[in-house]
Amino acid sequence: MMRKPVDTGDPDRLYTVTGGRSRADESFDLVTLIVSESGPVPGMQSEHARILELCRHPTAVVEIAAELMLPVMVVRILLGDLQDTGRITARHPRAARSVASLPDSALLQEVLHGLRNL
Amino acid sequence: MGSATSELPSHRTPLNDTAETGLKIVVVGGFGVGKTTLVRSVSEIRPLNTEEVMTQAGVGVDETSAVAAKTTTTVAFDFGRISLNDRMVLYLFGAPGQERFWFLWDRLFSGTLGAVVLVDTRRMDDSWYAIDRLEHHRTPFVVAVNRFDEDTDRYSLDEIRQALALPAHVPMVDCDARVRHSGKDVLITLVNHLHDMAIAEETTL
Repeated sequence: MMRKPVDTGDPDRLYTVTGGRSRADESFDLVTLIVSESGPVPGMQSEHARILELCRHPTAVVEIAAELMLPVMVVRILLGDLQDTGRITARHPRAARSVASLPDSALLQEVLHGLRNL
Repeated sequence: MGSATSELPSHRTPLNDTAETGLKIVVVGGFGVGKTTLVRSVSEIRPLNTEEVMTQAGVGVDETSAVAAKTTTTVAFDFGRISLNDRMVLYLFGAPGQERFWFLWDRLFSGTLGAVVLVDTRRMDDSWYAIDRLEHHRTPFVVAVNRFDEDTDRYSLDEIRQALALPAHVPMVDCDARVRHSGKDVLITLVNHLHDMAIAEETTL
């Protein structure tokens, strides 16, 4: 597996990175935080290894996609592999519910407080 | 975790290990209105760019056509990050507001706290579609008018509210997307609005 970033406009290369899979685990939100539970091991696919390196500290799915220069959908597939083998854990967003529902006022108060302190 | 043999890219500031909750706010507006500038002015990291590939069939744009099932669309979007405290991190997404990109929104930005519609008074037409869709999806939003130096016409917020046919309950604010505290004020205006709505909802339950 080559380490260079995939040309995201080229479906053939995406096909290679994902081993031909196109169904992503939709439970990974853009802002789900991913944390590595172990380090890379020899022989691991380079994209998997890079994700484990990046996620030594919590890293959002969208940041992983940007760092790896891969589309979000592809990253979701790779994260599914790592989760299935227990190499990562996911911290899912509390606030991501349906489009029209509001989070509770206590959470929003905390957000406001954080913004005011910037 | 074992000892780190490879370092993170130097430009990338890692989140605190205690970070557990990711939140989203979307900044929407026409081309060149200053979405990325706003994200940049408040983000703690330089704005990053990423892409999503979607098949037409997967988004229900044209589910009946066998040809469409093989068509993929790539859409790029910018984002920035604000660590609110040790546990909460807010991501700001700059998304194109034009009609042809709207199919992305449900998929990518569901669960956003709310939206900022960034308006340039010289091109207000660009905002109509975004506002219409946000109202349709019942996504709470505020309108921020990006005032450039050369914005000599200086339409008042009331005039802009009329022009956009904005309901009275939608907050409006002037801003300069290039200035950090101004961008921060826009976000505070939005979250204040959300907070008021949440309080109202909680007291009627």
